[in-house]
Amino acid sequence: MTHASDVGTASRSGPPAIDDGFRTAPAVHEVRNEEDLLVVRHAVRAATLRAGFSIVDQTRVVTAASELARNAYVHGGGGTLAIEHLARTGAAGLRLTVADEGPGIPDLSAALTDGFTTGAGLGHGLGGARRLMDEFDIDTAAGDGTTVTVTRWAVR
Amino acid sequence: MNSTPSNGVPILRLGDVLVTGLLNELDDKSAVAFTEELTARITSDHARGVLIDISRLEIIDSFVARTLMELTTMARLLGARVIVAGMRPPVAITLVELGLQLTGVETALNAEQGMAALGWHQTPSPPEGVLRDTRQ
Amino acid sequence: MLRAEADDIADRWVQLQLAQAPLGDAVSETELREESDALIGALISGLDGDGPVERVVGSHPGLRQAVCDLSLRRARAGATPTDTSLAVLALKEALLEAAQRQTENAAALFSDAVLINRLLDSAGALSFETYVEGREEIIRRQSRQLLEVSTPVVRLWRQVLAVPLIGTLDTARTQVVMENLLQGIQDHEALVAIIDITGVPTVDTAVAQHLMQTVNAVRLMGADCVISGIRPPIAQTIAQLGIDLSTILTRATLADALAAAVKLTDAASARPTPAADR
Repeated sequence: MTHASDVGTASRSGPPAIDDGFRTAPAVHEVRNEEDLLVVRHAVRAATLRAGFSIVDQTRVVTAASELARNAYVHGGGGTLAIEHLARTGAAGLRLTVADEGPGIPDLSAALTDGFTTGAGLGHGLGGARRLMDEFDIDTAAGDGTTVTVTRWAVR
Repeated sequence: MNSTPSNGVPILRLGDVLVTGLLNELDDKSAVAFTEELTARITSDHARGVLIDISRLEIIDSFVARTLMELTTMARLLGARVIVAGMRPPVAITLVELGLQLTGVETALNAEQGMAALGWHQTPSPPEGVLRDTRQ
Repeated sequence: MLRAEADDIADRWVQLQLAQAPLGDAVSETELREESDALIGALISGLDGDGPVERVVGSHPGLRQAVCDLSLRRARAGATPTDTSLAVLALKEALLEAAQRQTENAAALFSDAVLINRLLDSAGALSFETYVEGREEIIRRQSRQLLEVSTPVVRLWRQVLAVPLIGTLDTARTQVVMENLLQGIQDHEALVAIIDITGVPTVDTAVAQHLMQTVNAVRLMGADCVISGIRPPIAQTIAQLGIDLSTILTRATLADALAAAVKLTDAASARPTPAADR
Protein backbone atom coordinates (compact mmCIF):
# COMPACT_ATOMS: atom_id res chain seq x y z
CA MET A 1 0.00 0.00 0.00
CA THR A 2 1.46 3.30 -1.02
CA HIS A 3 0.53 6.30 0.97
CA ALA A 4 1.25 9.95 0.61
CA SER A 5 -0.04 12.72 2.71
CA ASP A 6 0.64 16.28 3.49
CA VAL A 7 -0.93 19.01 5.45
CA GLY A 8 -1.00 22.59 4.30
CA THR A 9 0.70 25.51 5.95
CA ALA A 10 0.27 25.72 9.68
CA SER A 11 -1.48 29.03 9.28
CA ARG A 12 -4.62 27.40 8.00
CA SER A 13 -4.67 23.84 9.25
CA GLY A 14 -5.24 23.46 12.94
CA PRO A 15 -4.93 20.53 15.31
CA PRO A 16 -7.19 17.71 14.15
CA ALA A 17 -8.21 17.01 17.75
CA ILE A 18 -11.10 19.43 17.81
CA ASP A 19 -13.00 18.57 14.66
CA ASP A 20 -13.81 14.97 15.56
CA GLY A 21 -16.87 15.69 17.64
CA PHE A 22 -18.71 17.88 15.16
CA ARG A 23 -18.75 16.11 11.84
CA THR A 24 -21.96 15.67 10.00
CA ALA A 25 -22.52 12.43 8.18
CA PRO A 26 -20.87 12.55 4.76
CA ALA A 27 -23.09 12.77 1.69
CA VAL A 28 -21.96 10.16 -0.81
CA HIS A 29 -22.37 10.68 -4.56
CA GLU A 30 -21.86 8.11 -7.28
CA VAL A 31 -19.39 8.87 -10.06
CA ARG A 32 -20.33 6.36 -12.76
CA ASN A 33 -20.81 8.42 -15.91
CA GLU A 34 -20.21 11.85 -17.40
CA GLU A 35 -23.52 13.21 -16.15
CA ASP A 36 -22.44 12.27 -12.63
CA LEU A 37 -19.40 14.54 -13.00
CA LEU A 38 -21.74 17.51 -13.41
CA VAL A 39 -23.99 16.37 -10.56
CA VAL A 40 -20.99 16.00 -8.26
CA ARG A 41 -19.71 19.45 -9.21
CA HIS A 42 -23.09 20.96 -8.33
CA ALA A 43 -23.19 19.15 -5.00
CA VAL A 44 -19.69 20.32 -4.09
CA ARG A 45 -20.51 23.89 -5.13
CA ALA A 46 -23.61 23.84 -2.92
CA ALA A 47 -21.54 22.49 -0.01
CA THR A 48 -18.91 25.25 -0.39
CA LEU A 49 -21.69 27.84 -0.32
CA ARG A 50 -23.12 26.27 2.82
CA ALA A 51 -19.70 26.28 4.47
CA GLY A 52 -19.38 30.01 3.73
CA PHE A 53 -16.36 29.76 1.43
CA SER A 54 -15.21 32.82 -0.51
CA ILE A 55 -15.80 32.77 -4.26
CA VAL A 56 -12.14 31.94 -4.94
CA ASP A 57 -12.16 29.11 -2.39
CA GLN A 58 -15.41 27.81 -3.91
CA THR A 59 -13.74 27.72 -7.30
CA ARG A 60 -10.65 25.98 -5.89
CA VAL A 61 -12.65 23.25 -4.18
CA VAL A 62 -15.04 22.64 -7.09
CA THR A 63 -12.10 22.47 -9.52
CA ALA A 64 -10.23 20.02 -7.29
CA ALA A 65 -13.41 17.93 -6.98
CA SER A 66 -13.80 17.96 -10.74
CA GLU A 67 -10.21 16.72 -11.23
CA LEU A 68 -10.52 13.96 -8.64
CA ALA A 69 -13.98 12.81 -9.79
CA ARG A 70 -12.75 12.68 -13.37
CA ASN A 71 -9.74 10.63 -12.27
CA ALA A 72 -12.05 8.17 -10.51
CA TYR A 73 -14.29 7.97 -13.57
CA VAL A 74 -11.58 7.76 -16.26
CA HIS A 75 -8.85 5.79 -14.48
CA GLY A 76 -10.78 4.03 -11.73
CA GLY A 77 -13.73 2.94 -13.86
CA GLY A 78 -16.11 4.90 -11.64
CA GLY A 79 -16.35 5.38 -7.92
CA THR A 80 -17.82 7.63 -5.26
CA LEU A 81 -17.29 11.13 -3.93
CA ALA A 82 -18.22 11.86 -0.33
CA ILE A 83 -18.69 15.40 0.99
CA GLU A 84 -18.21 16.06 4.70
CA HIS A 85 -18.73 19.33 6.54
CA LEU A 86 -16.14 19.94 9.24
CA ALA A 87 -16.06 22.50 11.99
CA ARG A 88 -13.30 23.62 14.22
CA THR A 89 -13.11 26.71 16.31
CA GLY A 90 -13.52 29.73 14.08
CA ALA A 91 -13.46 27.95 10.75
CA ALA A 92 -15.65 25.76 8.61
CA GLY A 93 -14.10 23.10 6.47
CA LEU A 94 -14.99 20.74 3.71
CA ARG A 95 -13.56 17.28 3.24
CA LEU A 96 -13.93 15.36 -0.01
CA THR A 97 -13.21 11.66 -0.22
CA VAL A 98 -13.00 10.26 -3.71
CA ALA A 99 -12.74 6.48 -3.91
CA ASP A 100 -12.65 4.01 -6.78
CA GLU A 101 -12.04 0.29 -7.10
CA GLY A 102 -9.93 0.66 -10.21
CA PRO A 103 -6.45 -0.63 -10.99
CA GLY A 104 -4.80 1.74 -8.49
CA ILE A 105 -1.77 3.90 -9.15
CA PRO A 106 1.42 1.84 -9.53
CA ASP A 107 3.80 4.81 -9.45
CA LEU A 108 2.41 7.37 -7.02
CA SER A 109 5.26 9.87 -7.12
CA ALA A 110 5.09 9.95 -10.92
CA ALA A 111 1.32 10.49 -10.81
CA LEU A 112 1.79 13.45 -8.48
CA THR A 113 4.29 15.02 -10.86
CA ASP A 114 2.93 17.70 -13.16
CA GLY A 115 2.59 16.70 -16.76
CA PHE A 116 2.23 12.99 -15.99
CA THR A 117 -0.85 11.59 -17.62
CA THR A 118 -2.23 8.31 -18.82
CA GLY A 119 -5.56 9.77 -19.85
CA ALA A 120 -7.19 12.69 -21.61
CA GLY A 121 -6.32 15.47 -19.15
CA LEU A 122 -3.21 17.56 -18.87
CA GLY A 123 -1.58 15.52 -16.16
CA HIS A 124 -2.20 18.13 -13.52
CA GLY A 125 -5.13 16.38 -11.87
CA LEU A 126 -3.62 14.90 -8.71
CA GLY A 127 -0.81 17.41 -8.17
CA GLY A 128 -3.16 20.26 -9.00
CA ALA A 129 -5.83 19.06 -6.60
CA ARG A 130 -3.14 18.83 -3.93
CA ARG A 131 -2.14 22.47 -4.52
CA LEU A 132 -5.74 23.70 -4.47
CA MET A 133 -6.53 22.11 -1.10
CA ASP A 134 -5.07 22.55 2.39
CA GLU A 135 -4.74 18.87 3.21
CA PHE A 136 -4.19 15.98 0.86
CA ASP A 137 -4.07 12.27 1.51
CA ILE A 138 -3.94 9.36 -0.93
CA ASP A 139 -4.13 5.61 -0.44
CA THR A 140 -3.55 3.38 -3.40
CA ALA A 141 -2.21 0.00 -4.37
CA ALA A 142 -1.90 -1.74 -7.70
CA GLY A 143 -5.12 -3.66 -8.30
CA ASP A 144 -6.74 -2.36 -5.15
CA GLY A 145 -8.31 0.98 -6.05
CA THR A 146 -7.49 4.52 -5.02
CA THR A 147 -8.87 6.74 -2.27
CA VAL A 148 -8.02 10.43 -2.21
CA THR A 149 -9.03 12.58 0.75
CA VAL A 150 -8.71 16.35 0.52
CA THR A 151 -9.71 19.11 2.93
CA ARG A 152 -9.97 22.86 2.62
CA TRP A 153 -10.66 25.28 5.47
CA ALA A 154 -12.45 28.55 4.91
CA VAL A 155 -10.20 31.52 5.55
CA ARG A 156 -11.53 33.99 8.14
CA MET B 1 -24.06 19.09 -36.46
CA ASN B 2 -23.19 22.08 -38.57
CA SER B 3 -26.49 23.88 -38.28
CA THR B 4 -27.81 22.71 -34.90
CA PRO B 5 -25.46 23.50 -32.03
CA SER B 6 -25.34 20.51 -29.73
CA ASN B 7 -24.60 22.37 -26.52
CA GLY B 8 -26.92 25.33 -26.88
CA VAL B 9 -24.17 27.82 -27.72
CA PRO B 10 -24.69 29.32 -31.15
CA ILE B 11 -21.70 30.13 -33.35
CA LEU B 12 -22.30 33.51 -34.97
CA ARG B 13 -20.42 34.84 -37.94
CA LEU B 14 -19.48 38.53 -38.05
CA GLY B 15 -17.51 39.15 -41.21
CA ASP B 16 -14.58 36.78 -41.05
CA VAL B 17 -14.83 36.33 -37.29
CA LEU B 18 -16.76 33.57 -35.57
CA VAL B 19 -18.22 34.50 -32.20
CA THR B 20 -19.23 31.88 -29.67
CA GLY B 21 -19.09 31.08 -25.99
CA LEU B 22 -18.88 28.30 -23.44
CA LEU B 23 -21.51 27.73 -20.78
CA ASN B 24 -20.89 26.50 -17.29
CA GLU B 25 -22.68 23.23 -17.94
CA LEU B 26 -20.08 21.88 -20.33
CA ASP B 27 -19.82 18.12 -20.13
CA ASP B 28 -17.19 16.12 -21.94
CA LYS B 29 -19.40 15.07 -24.86
CA SER B 30 -20.52 18.66 -25.47
CA ALA B 31 -16.91 19.82 -25.35
CA VAL B 32 -15.92 17.35 -28.05
CA ALA B 33 -19.00 18.22 -30.13
CA PHE B 34 -18.22 21.92 -29.74
CA THR B 35 -14.65 21.44 -31.00
CA GLU B 36 -15.87 19.50 -34.02
CA GLU B 37 -18.54 22.04 -34.86
CA LEU B 38 -16.25 25.01 -34.49
CA THR B 39 -13.45 23.59 -36.63
CA ALA B 40 -16.00 22.67 -39.30
CA ARG B 41 -17.36 26.21 -39.26
CA ILE B 42 -13.88 27.77 -39.50
CA THR B 43 -13.37 25.87 -42.75
CA SER B 44 -16.85 26.38 -44.21
CA ASP B 45 -17.06 30.10 -43.28
CA HIS B 46 -13.42 30.86 -44.17
CA ALA B 47 -13.02 32.43 -40.74
CA ARG B 48 -9.82 34.30 -39.86
CA GLY B 49 -10.64 34.90 -36.23
CA VAL B 50 -12.57 33.12 -33.46
CA LEU B 51 -13.78 34.78 -30.27
CA ILE B 52 -14.75 32.43 -27.45
CA ASP B 53 -16.50 34.15 -24.58
CA ILE B 54 -15.94 32.25 -21.34
CA SER B 55 -17.39 34.79 -18.90
CA ARG B 56 -20.10 32.28 -17.96
CA LEU B 57 -17.62 29.53 -17.06
CA GLU B 58 -17.46 29.09 -13.30
CA ILE B 59 -14.63 26.59 -13.36
CA ILE B 60 -11.95 25.46 -15.78
CA ASP B 61 -10.51 22.09 -14.90
CA SER B 62 -7.69 20.42 -16.80
CA PHE B 63 -10.14 18.87 -19.26
CA VAL B 64 -11.67 22.21 -20.29
CA ALA B 65 -8.18 23.75 -20.37
CA ARG B 66 -7.03 21.00 -22.71
CA THR B 67 -10.09 21.54 -24.90
CA LEU B 68 -9.30 25.27 -25.19
CA MET B 69 -5.63 24.63 -26.00
CA GLU B 70 -6.45 22.01 -28.63
CA LEU B 71 -9.08 24.27 -30.15
CA THR B 72 -6.53 27.08 -30.45
CA THR B 73 -4.00 24.79 -32.11
CA MET B 74 -6.55 23.34 -34.54
CA ALA B 75 -7.85 26.80 -35.46
CA ARG B 76 -4.33 28.04 -36.06
CA LEU B 77 -3.70 25.09 -38.38
CA LEU B 78 -6.85 26.10 -40.27
CA GLY B 79 -5.65 29.71 -40.51
CA ALA B 80 -7.74 31.32 -37.77
CA ARG B 81 -6.65 33.18 -34.65
CA VAL B 82 -8.49 32.33 -31.42
CA ILE B 83 -9.08 34.75 -28.58
CA VAL B 84 -10.54 33.53 -25.31
CA ALA B 85 -12.29 36.40 -23.56
CA GLY B 86 -13.75 37.18 -20.17
CA MET B 87 -12.15 34.71 -17.81
CA ARG B 88 -13.37 35.34 -14.26
CA PRO B 89 -10.76 36.23 -11.60
CA PRO B 90 -11.37 33.14 -9.40
CA VAL B 91 -11.06 30.93 -12.47
CA ALA B 92 -7.72 32.53 -13.44
CA ILE B 93 -6.36 32.16 -9.89
CA THR B 94 -7.44 28.52 -9.70
CA LEU B 95 -5.92 27.76 -13.10
CA VAL B 96 -2.46 29.06 -12.17
CA GLU B 97 -2.62 27.25 -8.83
CA LEU B 98 -3.60 24.11 -10.67
CA GLY B 99 -0.39 24.64 -12.66
CA LEU B 100 -2.03 25.37 -16.00
CA GLN B 101 -0.99 28.22 -18.25
CA LEU B 102 -3.16 27.74 -21.35
CA THR B 103 0.02 27.81 -23.43
CA GLY B 104 -0.52 29.46 -26.80
CA VAL B 105 -4.02 30.68 -26.00
CA GLU B 106 -4.57 34.42 -26.46
CA THR B 107 -6.81 36.08 -23.90
CA ALA B 108 -8.81 39.29 -23.67
CA LEU B 109 -10.50 40.99 -20.74
CA ASN B 110 -13.96 40.85 -22.30
CA ALA B 111 -15.67 40.13 -25.61
CA GLU B 112 -15.41 43.77 -26.69
CA GLN B 113 -11.65 43.91 -26.28
CA GLY B 114 -11.34 40.48 -27.85
CA MET B 115 -13.21 41.71 -30.91
CA ALA B 116 -10.99 44.80 -31.00
CA ALA B 117 -7.91 42.57 -30.99
CA LEU B 118 -9.41 40.67 -33.92
CA GLY B 119 -9.70 43.91 -35.86
CA TRP B 120 -13.20 45.06 -34.95
CA HIS B 121 -13.67 48.61 -33.73
CA GLN B 122 -16.54 50.48 -32.24
CA THR B 123 -17.89 53.25 -34.41
CA PRO B 124 -17.03 56.43 -32.49
CA SER B 125 -20.43 58.10 -32.94
CA PRO B 126 -22.81 56.95 -35.61
CA PRO B 127 -24.33 60.06 -37.25
CA GLU B 128 -28.07 60.52 -36.71
CA GLY B 129 -28.21 57.35 -34.67
CA VAL B 130 -27.81 55.21 -37.76
CA LEU B 131 -25.92 52.01 -37.06
CA ARG B 132 -23.13 51.63 -39.51
CA ASP B 133 -20.58 48.94 -40.17
CA THR B 134 -17.12 50.51 -40.20
CA ARG B 135 -15.91 47.71 -42.36
CA GLN B 136 -17.72 48.91 -45.46
CA MET C 1 -27.42 14.58 43.15
CA LEU C 2 -26.23 17.07 40.59
CA ARG C 3 -29.72 17.72 39.34
CA ALA C 4 -31.04 18.72 42.74
CA GLU C 5 -28.21 21.11 43.42
CA ALA C 6 -27.82 22.50 39.88
CA ASP C 7 -29.01 26.00 40.76
CA ASP C 8 -26.97 26.25 43.92
CA ILE C 9 -23.86 25.03 42.17
CA ALA C 10 -24.32 27.57 39.41
CA ASP C 11 -24.78 30.37 41.94
CA ARG C 12 -21.75 29.36 43.89
CA TRP C 13 -19.64 29.03 40.78
CA VAL C 14 -20.56 32.53 39.64
CA GLN C 15 -19.70 33.83 43.13
CA LEU C 16 -16.37 32.06 43.14
CA GLN C 17 -15.45 33.40 39.74
CA LEU C 18 -16.40 36.93 40.70
CA ALA C 19 -14.39 36.61 43.89
CA GLN C 20 -11.21 35.17 42.46
CA ALA C 21 -10.70 37.11 39.27
CA PRO C 22 -11.70 40.65 38.48
CA LEU C 23 -12.97 40.12 34.96
CA GLY C 24 -13.77 43.77 34.64
CA ASP C 25 -16.35 44.79 32.10
CA ALA C 26 -15.56 41.92 29.79
CA VAL C 27 -17.94 39.44 31.34
CA SER C 28 -21.02 40.53 33.29
CA GLU C 29 -22.62 38.58 36.11
CA THR C 30 -25.65 37.76 33.98
CA GLU C 31 -23.42 36.36 31.28
CA LEU C 32 -21.56 34.31 33.86
CA ARG C 33 -24.85 32.93 35.11
CA GLU C 34 -25.95 31.99 31.60
CA GLU C 35 -22.61 30.32 31.01
CA SER C 36 -22.91 28.39 34.24
CA ASP C 37 -26.43 27.19 33.51
CA ALA C 38 -25.44 26.05 30.04
CA LEU C 39 -22.36 24.21 31.25
CA ILE C 40 -24.03 22.52 34.20
CA GLY C 41 -27.02 21.56 32.06
CA ALA C 42 -24.61 19.99 29.59
CA LEU C 43 -22.75 18.30 32.43
CA ILE C 44 -25.95 16.68 33.68
CA SER C 45 -26.91 15.38 30.28
CA GLY C 46 -23.33 14.25 29.74
CA LEU C 47 -23.30 12.23 32.96
CA ASP C 48 -26.71 10.74 32.11
CA GLY C 49 -25.13 8.96 29.21
CA ASP C 50 -23.00 5.95 29.90
CA GLY C 51 -19.30 5.74 29.25
CA PRO C 52 -16.20 6.41 31.31
CA VAL C 53 -16.21 9.68 33.23
CA GLU C 54 -12.77 10.74 32.02
CA ARG C 55 -14.01 10.76 28.44
CA VAL C 56 -17.37 12.40 29.00
CA VAL C 57 -15.98 15.89 28.44
CA GLY C 58 -14.38 14.90 25.17
CA SER C 59 -17.12 12.69 23.80
CA HIS C 60 -20.37 14.41 24.77
CA PRO C 61 -20.97 17.04 22.06
CA GLY C 62 -23.09 19.36 24.19
CA LEU C 63 -20.70 19.41 27.12
CA ARG C 64 -17.70 19.79 24.87
CA GLN C 65 -19.37 22.67 23.08
CA ALA C 66 -20.22 24.38 26.38
CA VAL C 67 -16.60 24.19 27.57
CA CYS C 68 -15.31 25.36 24.18
CA ASP C 69 -17.77 28.27 24.06
CA LEU C 70 -16.76 29.42 27.50
CA SER C 71 -13.05 29.27 26.74
CA LEU C 72 -13.41 30.97 23.36
CA ARG C 73 -15.47 33.78 24.83
CA ARG C 74 -12.73 34.37 27.42
CA ALA C 75 -10.04 34.25 24.76
CA ARG C 76 -11.84 36.81 22.62
CA ALA C 77 -12.55 39.04 25.61
CA GLY C 78 -8.84 39.10 26.30
CA ALA C 79 -8.83 37.16 29.57
CA THR C 80 -5.50 35.58 30.49
CA PRO C 81 -5.11 31.81 30.16
CA THR C 82 -4.70 31.54 33.94
CA ASP C 83 -8.01 33.28 34.59
CA THR C 84 -9.71 31.08 32.05
CA SER C 85 -8.54 27.78 33.48
CA LEU C 86 -9.07 29.01 37.05
CA ALA C 87 -12.66 29.82 36.09
CA VAL C 88 -13.23 26.26 34.94
CA LEU C 89 -11.48 24.87 37.99
CA ALA C 90 -13.63 27.02 40.29
CA LEU C 91 -16.51 24.82 39.21
CA LYS C 92 -14.65 21.97 40.87
CA GLU C 93 -14.85 23.76 44.19
CA ALA C 94 -18.55 24.46 43.77
CA LEU C 95 -19.20 20.83 42.88
CA LEU C 96 -17.14 19.53 45.80
CA GLU C 97 -19.06 21.71 48.22
CA ALA C 98 -22.34 20.43 46.81
CA ALA C 99 -21.13 16.85 47.11
CA GLN C 100 -20.27 17.50 50.74
CA ARG C 101 -23.75 18.81 51.44
CA GLN C 102 -25.37 15.81 49.79
CA THR C 103 -23.22 12.98 51.04
CA GLU C 104 -22.72 11.93 54.67
CA ASN C 105 -20.78 8.78 53.94
CA ALA C 106 -17.02 9.48 53.83
CA ALA C 107 -16.25 6.67 51.39
CA ALA C 108 -18.97 7.81 49.00
CA LEU C 109 -17.79 11.40 49.33
CA PHE C 110 -14.26 10.34 48.47
CA SER C 111 -15.33 8.50 45.34
CA ASP C 112 -17.48 11.47 44.33
CA ALA C 113 -14.54 13.77 44.86
CA VAL C 114 -12.32 11.60 42.67
CA LEU C 115 -14.97 11.61 39.97
CA ILE C 116 -15.40 15.38 40.16
CA ASN C 117 -11.66 15.85 40.00
CA ARG C 118 -11.29 13.71 36.92
CA LEU C 119 -14.20 15.40 35.22
CA LEU C 120 -13.01 18.93 35.87
CA ASP C 121 -9.39 18.19 35.12
CA SER C 122 -10.30 17.03 31.65
CA ALA C 123 -12.60 20.03 31.27
CA GLY C 124 -9.70 22.26 32.33
CA ALA C 125 -7.41 20.66 29.77
CA LEU C 126 -9.96 21.09 27.01
CA SER C 127 -10.60 24.64 28.09
CA PHE C 128 -6.93 25.47 27.85
CA GLU C 129 -6.60 23.84 24.45
CA THR C 130 -9.60 25.75 23.13
CA TYR C 131 -8.35 28.97 24.63
CA VAL C 132 -5.05 28.65 22.79
CA GLU C 133 -6.85 27.83 19.58
CA GLY C 134 -9.16 30.80 20.04
CA ARG C 135 -6.15 33.07 20.34
CA GLU C 136 -4.57 31.48 17.28
CA GLU C 137 -7.74 32.13 15.36
CA ILE C 138 -7.58 35.79 16.34
CA ILE C 139 -3.97 35.92 15.19
CA ARG C 140 -4.89 34.26 11.88
CA ARG C 141 -7.69 36.73 11.31
CA GLN C 142 -5.53 39.69 12.17
CA SER C 143 -2.72 38.62 9.89
CA ARG C 144 -5.26 38.11 7.11
CA GLN C 145 -6.59 41.63 7.70
CA LEU C 146 -3.04 42.95 7.74
CA LEU C 147 -2.45 41.27 4.39
CA GLU C 148 -5.56 42.89 2.95
CA VAL C 149 -4.58 46.40 4.00
CA SER C 150 -0.94 45.96 3.04
CA THR C 151 -1.86 45.04 -0.51
CA PRO C 152 -3.63 48.03 -2.01
CA VAL C 153 -4.44 48.08 -5.71
CA VAL C 154 -4.23 51.64 -7.04
CA ARG C 155 -5.26 53.04 -10.40
CA LEU C 156 -2.33 54.98 -11.86
CA TRP C 157 -3.63 55.82 -15.28
CA ARG C 158 -6.52 55.01 -17.54
CA GLN C 159 -6.47 51.19 -17.76
CA VAL C 160 -3.27 50.96 -15.69
CA LEU C 161 -3.26 49.53 -12.15
CA ALA C 162 -0.39 49.14 -9.69
CA VAL C 163 0.26 47.04 -6.58
CA PRO C 164 3.15 48.19 -4.42
CA LEU C 165 4.40 45.16 -2.52
CA ILE C 166 5.96 45.70 0.89
CA GLY C 167 7.57 42.77 2.65
CA THR C 168 7.99 39.23 1.48
CA LEU C 169 5.79 37.32 -0.93
CA ASP C 170 4.70 33.94 0.43
CA THR C 171 1.84 31.71 -0.66
CA ALA C 172 -0.83 33.38 1.47
CA ARG C 173 0.29 36.85 0.39
CA THR C 174 0.35 35.83 -3.27
CA GLN C 175 -3.24 34.64 -3.01
CA VAL C 176 -4.38 37.96 -1.57
CA VAL C 177 -2.40 39.95 -4.16
CA MET C 178 -3.88 37.89 -6.98
CA GLU C 179 -7.43 38.20 -5.69
CA ASN C 180 -7.22 41.98 -5.23
CA LEU C 181 -5.35 42.61 -8.47
CA LEU C 182 -7.56 40.45 -10.69
CA GLN C 183 -10.70 41.94 -9.20
CA GLY C 184 -9.26 45.42 -9.82
CA ILE C 185 -8.49 44.52 -13.42
CA GLN C 186 -12.05 43.38 -13.96
CA ASP C 187 -13.57 46.40 -12.20
CA HIS C 188 -11.47 48.99 -14.07
CA GLU C 189 -11.16 47.06 -17.33
CA ALA C 190 -7.43 47.56 -16.92
CA LEU C 191 -5.05 46.47 -19.65
CA VAL C 192 -1.79 46.66 -17.69
CA ALA C 193 -0.97 45.81 -14.09
CA ILE C 194 2.28 47.02 -12.54
CA ILE C 195 3.69 45.02 -9.65
CA ASP C 196 6.18 47.19 -7.80
CA ILE C 197 8.66 45.19 -5.72
CA THR C 198 10.70 48.10 -4.35
CA GLY C 199 9.60 47.10 -0.86
CA VAL C 200 10.38 43.40 -1.26
CA PRO C 201 13.65 42.76 0.61
CA THR C 202 14.84 39.71 -1.34
CA VAL C 203 13.81 37.76 -4.39
CA ASP C 204 14.61 34.07 -4.13
CA THR C 205 13.26 31.26 -6.30
CA ALA C 206 10.09 30.96 -4.18
CA VAL C 207 9.31 34.69 -4.46
CA ALA C 208 10.05 34.60 -8.18
CA GLN C 209 7.70 31.67 -8.58
CA HIS C 210 4.95 33.58 -6.79
CA LEU C 211 5.57 36.58 -9.03
CA MET C 212 5.35 34.36 -12.13
CA GLN C 213 2.08 32.90 -10.84
CA THR C 214 0.60 36.36 -10.42
CA VAL C 215 1.78 37.43 -13.87
CA ASN C 216 0.29 34.30 -15.42
CA ALA C 217 -3.06 34.91 -13.71
CA VAL C 218 -3.09 38.52 -14.98
CA ARG C 219 -2.37 37.28 -18.50
CA LEU C 220 -5.18 34.71 -18.33
CA MET C 221 -7.51 37.62 -17.64
CA GLY C 222 -6.34 39.22 -20.88
CA ALA C 223 -4.22 41.98 -19.32
CA ASP C 224 -0.46 42.48 -19.31
CA CYS C 225 1.99 42.78 -16.44
CA VAL C 226 5.03 44.95 -15.76
CA ILE C 227 7.29 44.36 -12.76
CA SER C 228 9.03 47.45 -11.43
CA GLY C 229 11.30 48.40 -8.56
CA ILE C 230 14.03 45.90 -9.26
CA ARG C 231 17.01 47.29 -7.36
CA PRO C 232 20.55 46.43 -8.53
CA PRO C 233 21.23 43.93 -5.70
CA ILE C 234 17.93 42.18 -6.51
CA ALA C 235 18.85 42.06 -10.20
CA GLN C 236 22.15 40.46 -9.20
CA THR C 237 20.44 37.82 -7.07
CA ILE C 238 17.96 37.03 -9.83
CA ALA C 239 20.80 36.61 -12.34
CA GLN C 240 22.96 34.57 -9.95
CA LEU C 241 20.10 32.23 -9.03
CA GLY C 242 19.38 31.74 -12.72
CA ILE C 243 15.72 32.78 -12.31
CA ASP C 244 14.17 33.31 -15.72
CA LEU C 245 12.00 36.41 -15.79
CA SER C 246 12.65 36.98 -19.49
CA THR C 247 9.01 36.51 -20.44
CA ILE C 248 8.04 39.39 -18.15
CA LEU C 249 8.44 43.08 -18.90
CA THR C 250 10.57 44.55 -16.11
CA ARG C 251 11.61 48.11 -15.29
CA ALA C 252 13.89 49.65 -12.66
CA THR C 253 11.46 52.25 -11.33
CA LEU C 254 7.73 52.69 -11.02
CA ALA C 255 7.96 55.78 -13.26
CA ASP C 256 9.62 53.78 -16.04
CA ALA C 257 7.02 51.05 -15.63
CA LEU C 258 4.19 53.56 -15.91
CA ALA C 259 5.70 54.94 -19.13
CA ALA C 260 5.94 51.40 -20.52
CA ALA C 261 2.38 50.64 -19.41
CA VAL C 262 0.95 53.76 -21.04
CA LYS C 263 2.74 52.83 -24.26
CA LEU C 264 1.19 49.37 -24.05
CA THR C 265 -2.34 50.74 -23.61
CA ASP C 266 -1.80 53.19 -26.49
CA ALA C 267 -0.70 50.32 -28.69
CA ALA C 268 -3.79 48.37 -27.70
CA SER C 269 -6.18 51.19 -28.59
CA ALA C 270 -4.36 51.93 -31.85
CA ARG C 271 -4.71 48.42 -33.15
CA PRO C 272 -4.70 47.98 -36.92
CA THR C 273 -7.98 48.74 -38.60
CA PRO C 274 -9.78 45.86 -40.31
CA ALA C 275 -8.63 47.12 -43.69
CA ALA C 276 -4.99 47.21 -42.64
CA ASP C 277 -5.42 43.76 -41.13
CA ARG C 278 -6.03 42.13 -44.46
